[in-house]
This record gives sequence, structure tokens and C-alpha cells, in this order.
Amino acid sequence: MGSPFDVAWIAAHLSDILGKLIEHIELTLLAVGIGFVIAFPVGIYCFRHRKVYPPVTWVTGILYTIPSLAFFVLLIPALGISIVNVEVALVSYTLLILIRNVVAGLEGVSEDTKDAAKGMGLTRGQILWKVEVPLALPVIVAGIRIALVTTIGLVTVSALLGYGGLGFFILDGFGNYFATPVLVGSVLSALLAVVADWGMLALERWLTPWRGGGRLQVST
Amino acid sequence: MQPFARAVAWILSPAHWWGPDGVLTHTAEHVEITALSVAVALAIALPAGLYVGHTRRGEKAAVWTANLGRALPAFGILGIVFPFTLSLPGFGFYPTLIAMVLLAIPPILTNTYVGVRSVEADTVEAARGMGMSEVQLLRRIELPLAAPVIVAGIRTSAVAVVATATLAAVFGWGGYGRYIFDGFYQNDTVKILVGAILVAALAVVTELVLAVAEHLVRPARGAAAAGATA
Repeated sequence: MGSPFDVAWIAAHLSDILGKLIEHIELTLLAVGIGFVIAFPVGIYCFRHRKVYPPVTWVTGILYTIPSLAFFVLLIPALGISIVNVEVALVSYTLLILIRNVVAGLEGVSEDTKDAAKGMGLTRGQILWKVEVPLALPVIVAGIRIALVTTIGLVTVSALLGYGGLGFFILDGFGNYFATPVLVGSVLSALLAVVADWGMLALERWLTPWRGGGRLQVST
Repeated sequence: MQPFARAVAWILSPAHWWGPDGVLTHTAEHVEITALSVAVALAIALPAGLYVGHTRRGEKAAVWTANLGRALPAFGILGIVFPFTLSLPGFGFYPTLIAMVLLAIPPILTNTYVGVRSVEADTVEAARGMGMSEVQLLRRIELPLAAPVIVAGIRTSAVAVVATATLAAVFGWGGYGRYIFDGFYQNDTVKILVGAILVAALAVVTELVLAVAEHLVRPARGAAAAGATA
């Protein structure tokens, strides 16, 4: 066991670290991107057909509850150890968060506003794209923020399958009882999450200049 | 899907239930670390959340803790705690416990604080008008009304701990993670699946049990605020 913070190791592995950091960002963006492409239409559909919403939250809720490590592993018989396996699991975790926020955002648009739009002669499609979606945007962006931060954390776990971005260093350090890579992987992935959180929070604020803070999220 | 069926059969066979690597032993370990972590986190976060929610002092600190807790990856918390706990006795157990407590605190703290804060000002005023002391107010009005939101926080924490405690097997601690990591090292897919199925099942059971608990503590007319996502 070397010193907990071995600067020489870090200096020698700078390009490795950068490579894994980029891989981490790529895996995260791919998962949240695909998740959003699925969740956005599903959310709109659930908003318009209320009966569909409870079963959808139920299914995505179960997916969300399955521990990430178990999920990655359970997909091995079907998908093998591959990037597809990792991404299917990561995308599954984003669905509950994103769908819930798309629906909550659309629900938050006041009836008066929609009535006014209807009175101006807008069609149902126009109301959706020109009134409801823009007004729901801050809540949807809040969902993307939570999905991003959650996914950044989950990517570290997928290191077990060989596609873990910074998680590689954590696992590698554990395996060799060497603290420096563990710290590098943990601290950098935590920093990445914090940066993503702040960046998206800034975007949310920029989209809703009239709202003050509203930063706390209650888990339900 | 044959490995999957074999894993289920493996779990259901009583021959694999007992012994140091048996299903029951690892279930006990997994439940033990989860219950202990959530209990310690509750002992810290509940009083802190009640204090902040009732007095509105230290709100900034609570918000920071909550945001940081959400941003820190669970695996990352384990990793950061790991080097500092190497010298502690009981290798494996303490890094896991400390990391799990840190993981479990933010949801409980946030939900307690927000739950107490969301009790209507009119209700609080009425209670004060009836001559209740601050302690009575907290125990008989704020705590019962905030209870469902607090239990929701405990649920989030408990499910997260069940999931993350799996990773603790890397440290040499037991639980279901033992099957997963041993399976990986031994190239035994069935064993890996056994661990995965068990931990997924425990997470779903934990979620359901605490969802029922949340329902039971709900005041008759469901006065507590529903959680917002924003």
C-alpha cells in the first residue's frame, strides 16, 4: 500500500485519466440522450392519455429500483458484456426521472394560458409545441439535470463490465489495494457530477429568470 | 436465458441456503448492513432535519448537504472513504458502514427538513394559539404531518443502500455482492446472476415494504405536501 496520494502515479497516468474522463462523459451523454428521445414522446403521450401514466411509472419505477450492478449483470445472458448492455441499463435508469418531469412540466401549464391559446385559434398541435412544451421546459431541464447526475454516478459502476469511464480507476485501485487511483476516480467522477449539476442549474435559472431558487428535490 | 433459469433453481435449492456462503448468511449480512446504516443515518439526519425545519436555522447547510449528496456517486463515496478506513479494525465492514451512512443521510435530511417546513403556517399558528410549547408543536403537529415525506426519504435511502452495499463485497465484506464478485473472479455466470437476482429482489421488497409504511403514517386526509420534482 503506497501513500494515499501518489503524485508521481497521477503524473504518469495523465493521458489515461483524460481518456477515461472523456469515455465517462460519452457514456453519460449517450445514455441521457437516448433516454430523452424515448422519454419525451412517452411523457407527452402519458400526459394526453392519463390512463397510461400509472402503469408507465410503475414499470419504469421497478427498473429504477433494480440496483445498477445487478442490472448490468442480469443483462449479460441476453446482451453479453458489451457497450449495448451498459447503455440499456443506463438508459433504463433515466426513463423514470425524465418521463416524470416531462409529465409534471406539462401538467404545470395553467389552464388559463391554454384557454387563451385556444381562443387565439391555435390547434392542439400548436398549443403543444408553442405553449405547453416551452412553458414545461424548466421542469424538463430539471429532469435532464437529475438524469445526468444520476447517470454519471452509475457509469462508475459499469466499470465492472469494462465500460466504466473513471470507475475503471476505482475498481483498479480496489483490486491492487492502492488508494491513489481510487481517489482519482472517485473525486473526478464526483467533480464531474457537481459540474454537470451546476451547469444544468444555471441553464434552468436562465430559462426561468422569474423563479428564485427552488433547488431542493424531495424524493417520493 | 438458460443461465437465468439455472440461477433461479440454484437459489431455490435448500442445499444452498445454509453455511458461510449460503443464501441466508448473505441475506442476513446484507440486511444487517442496510438496517444499521439507515439507523445511524436516521439518528443523525432526523434530529438535524427537524431542527432546521422547525427553527429555519442552517437552511443553507441543509441545502448544500442535500445537493452534494445527490451529486456524489455512491461508488465514489465508497472510494473516497476507503483509503481513510484502511487502518480501522474489521476490514471491509467499516468502510462500507461509513460510506453507506453518508449515502443515506441526504435523502432523509432533505425530506425531513422539507416535510416540516411544508406544514402550513396556519396550522402551526393554530397550535401555538392553543398553547402548545415548541416541543409539543414539533412532536404532535409537525412530525406527524411530515411523517409520510420523512418515510419517503427513508425509503429512498434504504433502497440506495441495498443497491450500493453490493459493491462493498470489493472490500471483503459479505452480502449479496459476494456472489457477484466471486462469480466474476471465478467466471461463473450462474453465481453472478444469483447475486444479481437476490439483490434486485431485496431492493424491490425494501421499496414495497417502505411504500406500505409511508401509506400507514399518512394522516387521515393526506395533508402532507406531495413531493415536487423541480
